[in-house]
Amino acid sequence: MKEEIVIAGFGGQGVLSMGKILAYAGLMDNLEVTWMPSYGPEQRGGTANVTVILSDSAISSPVLDSYDTAVVLNQQSLDKFESKVKPGGTLIYDPSGIHHLPSRTDITVVAVDAMSAAIELQNSKTYNMILLGALLACRPIVGIDAVVRGLRKTLPERHHHLIPLNEQALRKGMSLAGK
Amino acid sequence: MEEVKLMKGNEAIAHAAIRYGADGYFGYPITPQSEVLETLAELRPWETTGMVVLQAESEVAAINMVYGGAATGRAVMTSSSSPGVSLKQEGISYLAASELPALILNVMRGGPGLGTIQPSQADYFQATKGGGHGDYHLIVLAPSTVQEMADFVGLGFDLAFKYRTPAMILADGIVGQMMEKVVLPEQRPRRTEEELRAQCPWAACGRGDRDHRNVVTSLELQSDKMERNNERFQKTYRAIEANEVRYQEYFTDDAEYLIVAFGSVARICLKAIEDARAKGVKVGMLRPITLWPFPTAEIARLAKQVKGILTVELNAGQMIEDVRLSVEGTVPVHHFGRMGGMIPNPGEVLEALSACFTDLKF
Repeated sequence: MKEEIVIAGFGGQGVLSMGKILAYAGLMDNLEVTWMPSYGPEQRGGTANVTVILSDSAISSPVLDSYDTAVVLNQQSLDKFESKVKPGGTLIYDPSGIHHLPSRTDITVVAVDAMSAAIELQNSKTYNMILLGALLACRPIVGIDAVVRGLRKTLPERHHHLIPLNEQALRKGMSLAGK
Repeated sequence: MEEVKLMKGNEAIAHAAIRYGADGYFGYPITPQSEVLETLAELRPWETTGMVVLQAESEVAAINMVYGGAATGRAVMTSSSSPGVSLKQEGISYLAASELPALILNVMRGGPGLGTIQPSQADYFQATKGGGHGDYHLIVLAPSTVQEMADFVGLGFDLAFKYRTPAMILADGIVGQMMEKVVLPEQRPRRTEEELRAQCPWAACGRGDRDHRNVVTSLELQSDKMERNNERFQKTYRAIEANEVRYQEYFTDDAEYLIVAFGSVARICLKAIEDARAKGVKVGMLRPITLWPFPTAEIARLAKQVKGILTVELNAGQMIEDVRLSVEGTVPVHHFGRMGGMIPNPGEVLEALSACFTDLKF
């Protein structure tokens, strides 16, 4: 098993932390993991992306030509990464703010309205966890239990009361992706 | 059981320094390596091992603090990125001339000048050919994984103390910023005052019951004595060249073409090689782990077997000079590189291979 994933959007959308949580979940499942961020001047408003590779064997390059799965959260990222999804791969996007829809027919395209779902959960910070849930529904590379174990291990104790909310967001994302 | 952690290369450096029992870190923040200082500040080793962590007022101050700490026999280090490492060159030359062990980390970014904050390998010349003035060398280690970032802290310090010469970890923004699994070394205690005096009889740490004062200096105004000093340095460098060459080979057994690449770029090339082999093209790779001393003999050996060599570097062609010196014109040696913080992907490496070697078909 090897899954090569890119997550891309605006800085502040939780792109890097979503990748980090996925990487920790991979660690919990004893997979090999690389997490390679873009680290430009990408504070809130700029673009940010991260490549996450999960594999049951050693990982060579952290830099890739193409991806099994892309999660794109704005138009620029969709324009940049749609063509870089491998044939047969998966493209997950948030339709809010997207005016040129993805056009490829040789990949699975999934629209996840995570912004509205986050508003329903009354916490905009659940946005990236909803998308992670959608990703794991489409590509079950790690289980939700591994994500939760990863959160429990990496979050400081004082934030542990937020874990149930995050789990709820993950499950909401899974159902939004139609699984 | 060993605990597997997930962290950035820069964070691994900080953890490994504490666990090695390092006595001091002196640094000044600069992207893409600021996490070294940040992680040390967060871990507060001064409360546990007693390691000093200090944010100096500048890179120049930091390297001179390293000089001072090293002169007393302490295991001390600094870290920076390309423009900051340029500032440290005078101090590095003085460390080498004073035969002081120290560890310097350079997480390279694109230059010249202030350049960019994105990854680069354009400080190869600076690291391996001097950088500062005078006839000296650093032991230069090139990590390609987060695990090697952690491991090379201990290796760098050990080699620096073994040969009484500064060592450098020459990393880049990719391996500094990337998170991977890492197993950290066991926590070692810092050396006691007695151990330090026994291991470093040259250290200026108080005369005690010695019958002479130890003086640490790089100044020697009598040329005949300064030449003897230089001869001693060169003898050390020859010993390092004889004993400390490190490298890793990949798919070289039946290779008809050879890639030479170091650091994170070797990882990108490895993926390209996997893709090439899937298409039946026999490409192999030698990854120098020590950039100085350079694996000259090993590349010369492989040159007898292959039709050509491609060096892949994040620069305009620097290591290629050492590869060409190794093969002495016996096979064609080409270069492919990106500059200014751009990173090639594996597909570009394959294209470069077929562009350089026209008989090579994918």
